[in-house]
Order: sequence, then C-alpha cells, then structure tokens
Amino acid sequence: MTWETVIGLETHVELATRTKIFCACTTAFGGEPNTHCCPVCMGMPGTLPVVNRKVVEYACRAGLALNCTITRRNRFDRKNYFYPDLPKAYQISQLYLPIARDGHVEIETEGGKDTIRIHELHMEEDAGKLVHDPWTDQTRCDYNRCGVPLIEIVTEPDFRTAEQVIAYLEQLKSTLEYLGVSDCKMQEGSLRCDVNLSVRPAGSRELGTRTEMKNLNSFKAITRAIQYEARRQIELLEEGKRVVQETRRWDDNKDATFSMRSKEDAQDYRYFPEPDLPPLELSEAYLEELRAKQPEMAGARKERYQREYGLPEYDAGLITGQKALVDFFEAAVDLGAPAREVSNWMLGEMMRRLKEEGLEPRQMKLTADNLASLIQMVEEGVINRNTAAKVFRAVFPDNADVRDYVHKHGLEQVQDMSLVKRTVEEVLAEHPDAVADFRQGSQKILGFLIGQTMARLKGKADPRAVSQEVRQQLEG
Amino acid sequence: MKITAELVEHVSQLSRLRLPQEEKERMTGELEGILAYMEVLNTLDTREVEPLSHIFPIKNVWREDEVIPSQTRQELLKNAPTGNGETFLVPKAVE
Repeated sequence: MTWETVIGLETHVELATRTKIFCACTTAFGGEPNTHCCPVCMGMPGTLPVVNRKVVEYACRAGLALNCTITRRNRFDRKNYFYPDLPKAYQISQLYLPIARDGHVEIETEGGKDTIRIHELHMEEDAGKLVHDPWTDQTRCDYNRCGVPLIEIVTEPDFRTAEQVIAYLEQLKSTLEYLGVSDCKMQEGSLRCDVNLSVRPAGSRELGTRTEMKNLNSFKAITRAIQYEARRQIELLEEGKRVVQETRRWDDNKDATFSMRSKEDAQDYRYFPEPDLPPLELSEAYLEELRAKQPEMAGARKERYQREYGLPEYDAGLITGQKALVDFFEAAVDLGAPAREVSNWMLGEMMRRLKEEGLEPRQMKLTADNLASLIQMVEEGVINRNTAAKVFRAVFPDNADVRDYVHKHGLEQVQDMSLVKRTVEEVLAEHPDAVADFRQGSQKILGFLIGQTMARLKGKADPRAVSQEVRQQLEG
Repeated sequence: MKITAELVEHVSQLSRLRLPQEEKERMTGELEGILAYMEVLNTLDTREVEPLSHIFPIKNVWREDEVIPSQTRQELLKNAPTGNGETFLVPKAVE
C-alpha cells in the first residue's frame, strides 16, 4: 500500500520588541538567570498586566502579511496549568479570539507550487527555562523568558512532504524578517516549530491519528523528524497496530522521537477569559495605517530586482530570500555600485567565504560600503579582478578597509605601459621556442606567454593590456 | 451536568487541592447546585447581548515599548522558599 503523510505546523515566533508582553522588563537574550523579572511577570499578587502596544502591532502586521483576516475585537484568555516554567500557574494566550485568522502562504518546491492555509495566529507569553539537576534531583528555574511576547502561527494540515514544510518555514522566516517583527534565530529559540503528523492510505480523505513532535531546533532536525515519524507510523499500521495520539520529543542525538506524556494525564487547561486585561478594539483606521507601512516582500522584491537591475531570476531569488542579503545588496547599490557586480560578488566570493567560516549573512563583519569601494577600484583600473578577489578574501573576516589594504600591500595595478612592454620583450626573448610555436599557428601558446608576463609583474598588471601587448609584439 | 465523585477528584487534582473525604462529598453537592443554577441562567435569551469580556467599560489600555529596569535578583529570590542565589529550586519537574 502507498501511504500519504499529512502535516500541520504550529510555529512559535518570538517578537522583536524591547520589552515583555505585559510588563516593562527587557526581552534581551541571555543575561544572568532571573535578572529580567519583575512582580508582574512573576505573577505576584496584586499586580496587573498591561499590553505592550508593539506586540499588538507586530502580531497584526504578521497577520496581514500572511493574508489573514484581523480580528477587530480582541481578548486574551487564561490557560491554566501547574508546571513551574510559569510562576503564575497560567499562561496568558488567545484561545477564543485569535488576533488573525484564515490566511494563506504560497510556497514553491521542486514538486511545484502549493498554497498553505493559515488557520490562525495568536499572541501569547513565553515561559521560563527549567534545568534539571541530576545530582540534587531538583529543578532550577530561570524566569528571564517569562512574558517574552510570542505569536503562534497554526497552519491547516496542508503539507505532504518535508520539503514543503521547509519551504513554508523559509518563507515565513523571510516574511517576518522583512517585517522586522522577529529576528527568527532558531538557535536562540526565537523560531520554534511543533510538527503535527499523521499518515493515511494514499487517496483517502480521512485523517489518520496524529502525533505532535516538539523540540525541533533546526531545519535539518525538522526534516529528519518528519521522515522518522512518518516511517514509524507506517510501520505500526502495516503491522496492524494503532498510532497513539500523543506528544513526542525529537532527540537529535538519537535520531528518533520519544513519547513525552501518556494519555492518562491528558491536558485540561480550563481556559477562561483573562479578567486582568480589558479587550482590544482595533479600528479600521489603525489597520489601514499598518497596511500602508507594510514593506515590499520577498516575491515582489525578487521581481523588481529582475526588472530594475536585470538580475537573473535565480540570483534575485537568492538575495531576496534573506533580509540580511537584501539590506547588504541595497546598501551597496545605493552607494553607486553596479547591481550586477554587487550581486556577482555576493553570490560568488561572499557566499564562499560565509560557508568557509560557517557564518550566517547577518553575522558577517564585511560592510556594503567596503565592497562598493572594491568594485569601484576594479572599475577605475586600480586593481585587476584577480587581485580584487584576493583582497576580498583577505578583508572579509574583519572588514579591513579595502583601499588601505591594497595600498599597504602594494597591489595597485601596474599603470606604467613601458614596464609592461619591457617585460613582454624579456619574456619573448627567453622563450624562443614558444614564439616559434605561435608563428606556426599555435594560439594556445599565447596564454602561456601572457601568464609568464603576469607572473613576472606579480599579477598586478591589467591582463587585457598584457594580452594586447604580447599579441602586438608577436605579430609586429 | 451530573457531578460525580470522580469528577471532583479530577478537578481537585487539576487545581492541586488535597480535599479530605467529607469535603469531597460536600463539594459534590455544592458544585452540582452551582451548575444547576447555571442551567437557570441558560434559560435567559441572550442572543442580542454582546458577551462581557471585562467588568469595566474600558478598552485598549496599553503601554509603550520602553524598558524599565527589572527587580534585582536578590530581591526577587527573597520570595522563593528555596533558591541557590541564582535560580529558584523546585522538586524535579522536567518532563
């Protein structure tokens, strides 16, 4: 029998606000344990939460970008549970009236184009970090993350493959980065993903029993977990067993999922409307203002790059896929560097160096003005392309000024044509055999003679000028 | 809705309340009474009434996104029955 995998995603995204959702504590990542807390986020009696205006704005903007309908009358709900990651013993979330609903995202994979429907997007607060100490058998609680604003984006079960899931997440990440509502750093947990997965016989319209996988911290882990879990469920069904609806934890080291809690203590959160927060009413004028502020997204920008700058579709897609690359590209172009040159440098040398150093574009020190200077030096004939590539690799790690670097290392192109002429004369005199070969019609030998001349000039001459000179002397 | 002894047991567990047997029996009756009264309320036609989400007629109470220094850790941990100077300590709770 052939099986079909059905996947839905719940993605938690940390919003890039300065303060927490209901109090004025900082949201800065890291920090000594329990130094970003106050009576409000610690749930002390007598305190009252007050909503951060930016959180509502960011959630709305994300909802609009995902083509959702924004809920005009919003309210928060209280999700009750006893687990020491939240000292209040409840999480403030939105169950009944999520801020955005019924959206969709277009994705593209090798399998073609697909539409992924967004079920809802709601606001909630993050929980603290628990670390178990096996020596004392106690749990240590760090509440710095408590109350950090999150949006949870829930899709319909519209995915069939891991490739589609990754394409959606990349698209989501790019959209949120363009909006500037989240930095989406998976390693720091600002984008986390739970995968709901079930399998069914191909062609069936009914959904099978699903499991929910947590602890997926990278695209690689998501892909592997999906493949593992689909196989596990198919094997169970083929052996005539049942899939149990449960939460499973992905273990990156063991490359497998493990059951987290049994059905016996199924969760009962006893949600009720949050009495400490008055409702939020979003006016049409407010939403109109937000719509007007929405930036140009990846798809539109990609088309514009092709149209306006003449970039090939593939190159435009690579650059617009990451906001950090877009910012770099546009900064360099704004400084007057030709767009095609900037794009070629970025997708060639820059990507190569990033890969070698294991860096993300946003971690890079190299600045757009420095690359623009380098491109300008090539155009002015101060250095040739080969030298420029060497200079690029050298200045990349610390963003050393390219002009200083070229000057300090004496890399300026030889401008003195009489020196070029003299050097070619010397080379020809030393290689009479090669000269004879050329005269007998071997064009190949030309390259050898140009190479010899370039080497003698330490690679600093303009290769075109050298080539011309060699030809002239041979033919003359 | 029928309130059974099992349901009271379940709800007290969810609320982390340890009730003695006689209180459980009393609760069974009291909860049943409360829910029976809800049935009375449910007979009222509220189709034209907007659901109440807050007892005061206020809305859009918000705060600008500006950081105020947090409590000092020393002050914060004073509220903890057990701590180690950096974190709160609780009985093993990791799933």
